[in-house]
Amino acid sequence: MAEVVLKGLCKRFKDVEAVRDLSLSIRDGEFVVLLGPTGAGKTTTLRLIAGLETVDTGSVCIGGNDMTKAPPAERDVAFVFQQYSLYPHLSVFDNLAFPLRSPLRPAPDEEVKARVTEIARLLHIDDKLGDWATRLSGGQMQRVALGRALVRRPAIFLMDEPLSSLDAKLRGELRLELKHIQQDLGSTILYVTHDQIEAMTMANRIGVMDKGRLVQVGTPREIYEDPCSTYVAARLGSPTINLLPRTYFEALAAPSGTATVGFRTEHLDIRKALNGGQSARVAWIEHLGDRNHLHIDLGGKDIAVLADPAAGLAVGDAVEIELKRPLFFDATGSRIPS
Amino acid sequence: MAEIRVENLRKAFGTFEAVKGSTFTVADGEFCCLLGPSGCGKTTTLRMIAGLELPTEGRIVLGGEDVTFKRASERDIAMVFQLFALYPHMSVRKNIAYPLANVGTPKGEIVRRVEEAARILQITHLLERSVSGLSGGDRQRVALGRSIVREPKAFMMDEPLGALDSEFREVMCRELRALHNRLKATTVYVTHDQLEAMAMADKIAVMNKGAIEQYAAPQEIYDRPATLFVADFIGSPAMNLIEFSGPLAAGAQEVALPNGGQRIPELREPAGSQPYLMGVRPEHVQLAEEGPVRGEIFGIEYLGTTQIVTIKTDVGTVRARMSSDVRVSEREKVTLRLAPEKLSIFERDSGRALRSALNDRAGGGRG
Repeated sequence: MAEVVLKGLCKRFKDVEAVRDLSLSIRDGEFVVLLGPTGAGKTTTLRLIAGLETVDTGSVCIGGNDMTKAPPAERDVAFVFQQYSLYPHLSVFDNLAFPLRSPLRPAPDEEVKARVTEIARLLHIDDKLGDWATRLSGGQMQRVALGRALVRRPAIFLMDEPLSSLDAKLRGELRLELKHIQQDLGSTILYVTHDQIEAMTMANRIGVMDKGRLVQVGTPREIYEDPCSTYVAARLGSPTINLLPRTYFEALAAPSGTATVGFRTEHLDIRKALNGGQSARVAWIEHLGDRNHLHIDLGGKDIAVLADPAAGLAVGDAVEIELKRPLFFDATGSRIPS
Repeated sequence: MAEIRVENLRKAFGTFEAVKGSTFTVADGEFCCLLGPSGCGKTTTLRMIAGLELPTEGRIVLGGEDVTFKRASERDIAMVFQLFALYPHMSVRKNIAYPLANVGTPKGEIVRRVEEAARILQITHLLERSVSGLSGGDRQRVALGRSIVREPKAFMMDEPLGALDSEFREVMCRELRALHNRLKATTVYVTHDQLEAMAMADKIAVMNKGAIEQYAAPQEIYDRPATLFVADFIGSPAMNLIEFSGPLAAGAQEVALPNGGQRIPELREPAGSQPYLMGVRPEHVQLAEEGPVRGEIFGIEYLGTTQIVTIKTDVGTVRARMSSDVRVSEREKVTLRLAPEKLSIFERDSGRALRSALNDRAGGGRG
């Protein structure tokens, strides 16, 4: 395990600047998640660290050594891909043992056995070791694929949406397990996803990416509560943060230069309007079971509000709203400290 | 008038029974979701309503008329598929007009209806554009426009948002429902995504292995699941299911858990064979000084407003949803309280929920 330091990474594919001036330090034993939509440059960043792509400018340091120009095999990284591909003619044990038996650095049989057994136990597939890899369910196969990376002790694990092909339930289980295994083994992980739940629940720190740039790095709580731009604010939280023009809130005290007011669904007090003349009206209620989302029509804009199912509001009710912790953004979308 | 009535609908492919005698009614103007895992028969049911598949047995009544053996083209139903195929060489206007031009609708009428559809979908400014340059969302809107112009009696939608990424799906969900609120056309919508169904539907039919396990409003299904399958399928994270043994008679108000008694809604019927399962939603599990379940915190998942706390207990793994303001730490020993008035009790072997005081509040048991 070791620290990984990226400095000023740039990578261009013809007209597309896939990664722009990206700097990030991943500490030993840290779980960092790169979050962003398709095309943000997340996977390219992983591939640059692994050496599967060459860097245009910038440097990749792994455990204090400059690896910018080193071939992939020398970099001491383990890559987990979205699509697991197991060796169908091998048992689960042999699939897991495969990386340890590589001709470059073969491990003694004893050690292979100990390591495979430990990882299989952590991933709850220790009763499947004798089975053929192809006999497993999708969830079990992905566990084996993860296990095949985890048996090694590389400087860093690079994981590219490893859970995205699983159904929601399995994903939920594996999320928590992966986090535990990472803590138990003290592994360093750089994990790429477009799923905000994965990012929030697993990461020590999240790096939010937008068009090749790393726009904010922080703990999940920092990113959620203190976003640096409207873009970052909209990445986390479900339903999405409400972003409305300043003009909708004439009475609200806001710093000068404020163009957009942002407020999360839970940062809004809402009550039935006592007298008419209000422009806010309940347009639609989503019943999500544990909570309701009220959609409020505020002068033609739809805003989403989290509400207790017992709040007793109905479609068509006129309501008053009060912002509790508004965030202010300027015309470019950058946050204005309040 | 376009109520859809499905009566004892059955479909067998050889020896495989894809749909096992479904009966349900979608009221005029209602948005109904058929929800279940792949292979549960939801798409087959939809295809039979649309006339793309003939039932082995049963009846389909559309707006009072028996259409069971009518051709799809005679049913006045519009189908919206997951992969929206547009004509890439045509403008948005021509794409939307296609179904009308195809059946020889007068020109003036076509213009009127296309513009009406475009207005509803807020794509008027795109009408003269080519579809090839459009974003995914706009393409989806054009595909919807093509269904709307026909002014059909009902819409059948087969996972229309399945191909979109999650962020955009949330937006389209809202948009589809807002569209429904404007059109008020009877809609049957197939999905495997419970959040989609909860967010959009007036009524949900939860399907499993060809049978409807429960047919009710989203909140009803969430609060009072009729079967173990429904309890487990709806909600994220899923309902906690805690196994216990009886005896359990009609009128019972308490059951025994390892660390004490747990009050439950008064049972209104005698229970069948043991063992039983107690169903409790994650938001109804609270940390407390005293309670019938003890354990140790295994994991904490921060979700912004709330957090999911996973606790290993002597009755299995329990998940609790609570405000992120509650400070908890891993490996902490905790005692859990389960909100007694919200609990469901199931027979494990039959998978059936027992009728209890929980059902009184719903104005009678359902499903």
